[in-house]
Amino acid sequence: MNARRLSRSLMLLTPLLAGCATQVAPWERGHLARPEMALEPYPLEASFRQHVFFSKESVSGGYGVGGGGCGCN
Amino acid sequence: MKITALTLCLLAFGSMATQAAELNAPAPGCRVQTLTGQSSVDPAAFPGKVVYLDFWASWCIPCAKSFPVLDQWQSELGGRGFEVIAINLDEERQEALDFLQQHPVRFTIGADPAGKCPRLYAVRGMPTSYLIDRQGRIREVHEGFKTSDAAGLRARIESLLSER
Repeated sequence: MNARRLSRSLMLLTPLLAGCATQVAPWERGHLARPEMALEPYPLEASFRQHVFFSKESVSGGYGVGGGGCGCN
Repeated sequence: MKITALTLCLLAFGSMATQAAELNAPAPGCRVQTLTGQSSVDPAAFPGKVVYLDFWASWCIPCAKSFPVLDQWQSELGGRGFEVIAINLDEERQEALDFLQQHPVRFTIGADPAGKCPRLYAVRGMPTSYLIDRQGRIREVHEGFKTSDAAGLRARIESLLSER
């Protein structure tokens, strides 16, 4: 009885967990390639913000060493 | 017990590895519908021809770069027995059709939304192309496409064409 229950739950779990094990094939990345799936939708703005952040953090030495906070480095 | 065995079978089947297409080995046959659905095409069924088998998708940026080049090769070398077979792997057929509106070409386009052929040919990146010689053997596997690749590829196609 118990063995049957175990195997039944295995049967149910197998297809579910099989999904975790499969790799996304190179040709299955159509959805991932969509612009709205990008980690950074606005790369230019992101790099600008990153630069400002870096400059301001540099003032207090919290972000490595990079000038005095004017953003001109 | 039977059910457990069945479960194990399912598990084993799910993780089965496929046989890869190898260099200098005969190109595996893989018949697919053309994108228009009017006929079918098998890249391995062109005896006596040099086949450039290309796996592409509408979302693949280098594919867009390659299409005008492939089209030019098809028109220039087609008479000498050169054949471009480009198998589309889009899940949405319409996206492939839109891509072809923007990049019109005159070579054969197959459609394999289920990904049967790229699995058989062990495609690892997009686009991947296979140069198949007149004897039907895979002579080169080319991953990706840069404009700077074109000259070298063309030279190798020419040398395959000059083989008898």
